[in-house]
Amino acid sequence: MIVCCKQIPDPEAPPVSFKIDPSSHKVIPPQGFPPVVSPFDLNAVEAALRIKDALGGKITVLSLGNNLLSDVVKKPLSMGADELVLLEDEAFEGGDSWSTAGALAMAVKKIGAYDIIFCGRQAADWDSGQVGSGIAEILEIPSITLAKDVEIVDGTVRVVRVLDDWYEIVETTLPALITVSNELGEPRYQTISGIKTATKKQPVRWKPVDIGLEPGKIGASGRCTRVLKLFQPARETTCEIVSGDSPDEVGANLATKLKEAKVFKF
Amino acid sequence: MDNYKGVMVFGETTDGKLSSITTDLLGGGRRLADQLQEELSCLLCGHKVGDFAREAIAYGANTVYVVEDAQLKDYQTDTYTPAVAGILKKILPRIVLFGQNDIGRDLAPRLAFRLQTGLSTDCIDLRIDPESKLLQQTRPVYGGNALATVVCQTLPQMATVRRKTMSSLVRDDARKGSIITFTVTFNFSAVRTKIVNRIKQETPGINLEDAHVIVSGGRGIGGLDGFKRLEEIAKLLRGAIGATRPPCENGWVPATVQIGLTGKVVTPELYIAIAISGASQHLAGCFGAKTIVAINRDPEANIFNVAHFGAVGDWKQILPSFIEKVKEFRAK
Repeated sequence: MIVCCKQIPDPEAPPVSFKIDPSSHKVIPPQGFPPVVSPFDLNAVEAALRIKDALGGKITVLSLGNNLLSDVVKKPLSMGADELVLLEDEAFEGGDSWSTAGALAMAVKKIGAYDIIFCGRQAADWDSGQVGSGIAEILEIPSITLAKDVEIVDGTVRVVRVLDDWYEIVETTLPALITVSNELGEPRYQTISGIKTATKKQPVRWKPVDIGLEPGKIGASGRCTRVLKLFQPARETTCEIVSGDSPDEVGANLATKLKEAKVFKF
Repeated sequence: MDNYKGVMVFGETTDGKLSSITTDLLGGGRRLADQLQEELSCLLCGHKVGDFAREAIAYGANTVYVVEDAQLKDYQTDTYTPAVAGILKKILPRIVLFGQNDIGRDLAPRLAFRLQTGLSTDCIDLRIDPESKLLQQTRPVYGGNALATVVCQTLPQMATVRRKTMSSLVRDDARKGSIITFTVTFNFSAVRTKIVNRIKQETPGINLEDAHVIVSGGRGIGGLDGFKRLEEIAKLLRGAIGATRPPCENGWVPATVQIGLTGKVVTPELYIAIAISGASQHLAGCFGAKTIVAINRDPEANIFNVAHFGAVGDWKQILPSFIEKVKEFRAK
């Protein structure tokens, strides 16, 4: 099994700490909030670990980016994954879904044999939700998106998909690509022994040339889309805080205020 | 590149009519097509969907392409991707729009990679740059902390569009248009997936996306009993119950009422956020509400940056007198 994991700015960091450098269209890393593995990717790691628990197998984690932090990208190893492949290079910066899926697919080809590729449903920074389907399309394998349950029965994979108002149960042959949603459940904690093992493990490092990527197809130069601007929307709302001498009074005053503002439609 | 012309909407049907996302996309697509002085078309794929072609014209399409096949009755990645890709290669639209929903989320990315073109998902604003004629696609990123405006450098330019960010035209059955039927030939051995079953997730009460009032709770509601009290206000205001992610994951409320980036996107008249801190992930699902009211213990909570009215304190202590007062107003 292969799991694709992306290092992103912590999405749980308070919104006030979020700043953009308007000239470079880049996020300024917030002080005191280190990057994390995208939470949906950890759900994907958990999906792979559950299959490993039931049937055995080896889990290789694939991470692409630049300035990757060892503590961050090794987290899946400390949860129980077996191997880590890092595609780390300046050239990978500024990519879009197109160039990212292209590079990950080339790395998967180099890894060789696999049964399932897992990805998070979307990365919790750009929230595009394209890379998983893109990898599957490039590798010409079936893709099943938005999984909440993944089970292997007699060489067939059975997935419960989370749709807007439905659960859909879909089966496919292997190899296949599956994107995992948070409904799969909390990823397991790292264990002390897991962290120790992970610290000792040396990741495999591949440069673009190692996976046969042509320079014009990497990162920013391999994009299909171009970012014109990245900006923070102006918040025009001012919140009117209702006061009172006691919680009782606050509650009554809030109701009165909403009535005066004609918010209630009785 | 000059061969690519017009705007195409990927059409969907529900309950015997065009889905509201489709009529909304036709309304938004009409505006883009007019700016380009080109045609708006609608693609209807499925089983017995031809009946809806006149409706698509009444909502603004110049041409409707109909692809009917029993194999297309239920959406599957492996049947729809080749069928739609085949049509797009014949028609060569400049712009293709999908809803950001069950089908759009799955189909649009796979299709974009098959056609080797770029896609922007979950767009909330689309406009044509008057000079380059390119489609400028604006979408929330970083959990709604920022917006990005993106153009696609390849054709067709594809986008999935967030619900309720475009509005439909008034239905006019006098509008004229043409209907063109296509057939597809399937290579059945290339269909590798099989739908085993589909189970409806039951959500009691009013449908969140149609609700005029939503009373929503966060982790601080504490459990099932807390949500019972929220239901009381929701009932009083004829509204629905919503929640952030933790109450859904803890099973206090059904997963279908989760509001946020990965849950429902709602646009009620009134959104009452109780014990909700205001994480960007959640706000992405409710920022379109006309009036937001927040009750939270923490005066610094981010929710107060987006709310119109707020009360600081323990919701358990504030709510009883609030409910009494609302009852009083209602009785008058």
